[in-house]
Amino acid sequence: MAENNRAVIKLKEKFPSAVLDVKEFRDEVTVTVAKENIVDICRFLKTELRYNLLTDVTAVDYLGREPRFMVVYNLYSIQNKDRLRVKAAVSEGSPQIDSVVSVWNTANWLERETFDLFGITFVGHPDLRRILMTDDWEGHPLRKDYPLQGPGREPYKGRLS
Amino acid sequence: MANKEIMTVNMGPQHPSTHGVLRLVIELDGEVIEKITPHIGYLHRGVEKLSEHRTYHQAMTLTDRLDYLAPMSNNLGYVLAVEKLLGLEVPERAQTIRVIMAELTRLKSHLVWLACHALDIGAMTVFLYCFREREQIMSMYEKLSGARMTSSYFRVGGLSQDVYDGFEADVRRVVDEFPGYFDVYEGLLTKNTIWLQRTIGNGVISAEDAIDYGITGPALRGSGVDWDLRRDNPYSGYEKYSFKVPVGEKCDTFDRYKVRLVEMREAINIIRQALASLKPGPVLADCPKVCYPPKENVYNTIEGLIHHFKIASEGFSAPEGEVYQSVEAPKGELGYYLVSDGGTKPYRMRIRPPSFVNLGAIEKMAKGSMIADLVAVIGTLDIVLGEIDR
Repeated sequence: MAENNRAVIKLKEKFPSAVLDVKEFRDEVTVTVAKENIVDICRFLKTELRYNLLTDVTAVDYLGREPRFMVVYNLYSIQNKDRLRVKAAVSEGSPQIDSVVSVWNTANWLERETFDLFGITFVGHPDLRRILMTDDWEGHPLRKDYPLQGPGREPYKGRLS
Repeated sequence: MANKEIMTVNMGPQHPSTHGVLRLVIELDGEVIEKITPHIGYLHRGVEKLSEHRTYHQAMTLTDRLDYLAPMSNNLGYVLAVEKLLGLEVPERAQTIRVIMAELTRLKSHLVWLACHALDIGAMTVFLYCFREREQIMSMYEKLSGARMTSSYFRVGGLSQDVYDGFEADVRRVVDEFPGYFDVYEGLLTKNTIWLQRTIGNGVISAEDAIDYGITGPALRGSGVDWDLRRDNPYSGYEKYSFKVPVGEKCDTFDRYKVRLVEMREAINIIRQALASLKPGPVLADCPKVCYPPKENVYNTIEGLIHHFKIASEGFSAPEGEVYQSVEAPKGELGYYLVSDGGTKPYRMRIRPPSFVNLGAIEKMAKGSMIADLVAVIGTLDIVLGEIDR
């Protein structure tokens, strides 16, 4: 099962204290790691385990839970045709995580988008600006407490139109 | 030592080659590009936010408008992600029709790419021809789903309805006629001196850089990386079909053009095989908790009506968990990352847009080239702004 996954075994060998949780659901392995080690873990995954394509960086907002955000990295290895998902928890009090642009250039725009829509700051990002919203936009639209119908509107009450 | 004077030029959003609403702020030294800053977001519709407030069935209608040149590819990615989340098996006939429609969609999308790419560089005849041929596929879309763009033909668990009478004849006509059309396009472009001079050696990106920037799809294969999700991580029964995956060598615009043309021929090849293996059978999974009842039951029996109402109003609950499912869309890897909290609505739906990630590499590809070559680079990435801004 998930514990027998090659990447998971290697990760646990290399970063015994940073791997917090391993889950398998529908044949997909998800590893939750500590956010302090994210850059080292990503570099290790890219160089040693050949997860050379960063498919996606995004975040999930678990409003009411602490830590509130999960930053999600979907990795893919073109040689091994194998996927891995790495997650790191980010608290609402200090929504910060180190940027992985130094590992994959793909992260540049994807992290900008996550910053724009969730308000998570990526430390060390070369050009952290909003990308989809205008520069003077207030709030972060994909947070669960942001009203669906836009700023200054009454909150969503089950109507869609 | 001549002094350098940097001039800033706005390219877009009105420029015809920026395909909609992309704005590039270019810093030019004479005619050479020093720096490109893309500005996107003019089209942002908040699809990911909206889908968190809709049931799984309703969220599907949001997906056809993402890449508006290939609606059914987007639908396919979404329904596969939800089916993966539910662990639902889809009947074979539905899978085969999905493959046929996905490949027709690939043809449709590539035809628009070829048309616009050629028109950007100045070949107008190809543009007119491509749109003429695309109309055949569009009319099939219309007969099949009642809409030319917002098809919503796929459903979680199968298809919304079986194909119309004469569908196979229509598909066969496409399969028989299109290779001849491709020959015409190639005759107009592949040996055309102007075309060669505008594309060869332009927008070069090495395989290593392409992977580093996360480019996927035909643009990555044009850089010589032999990777295709349909072959390497098959979905919807693609493992049953044999097809070639074209790979470029020189990593330039011309190679990406050749790769896409071969892909169109291979799409015809896949459709031919799928059509041969099309057998009668159900097109919707036998899972009443998830799937809509057949329309004749809804109109003629009260149980069917109640069943339909329950699913349309309440939806179905998905098990708690998270899945990521990606498909080889015409533009690249289109992925859906779904997080479910056990409710009837996606807790979080993330769309991994191929065009968005591909556009991130534009500065790398066009830096140091002439401003006229930038038009060819934008065209070769085959970007669709509906997907970039979501």
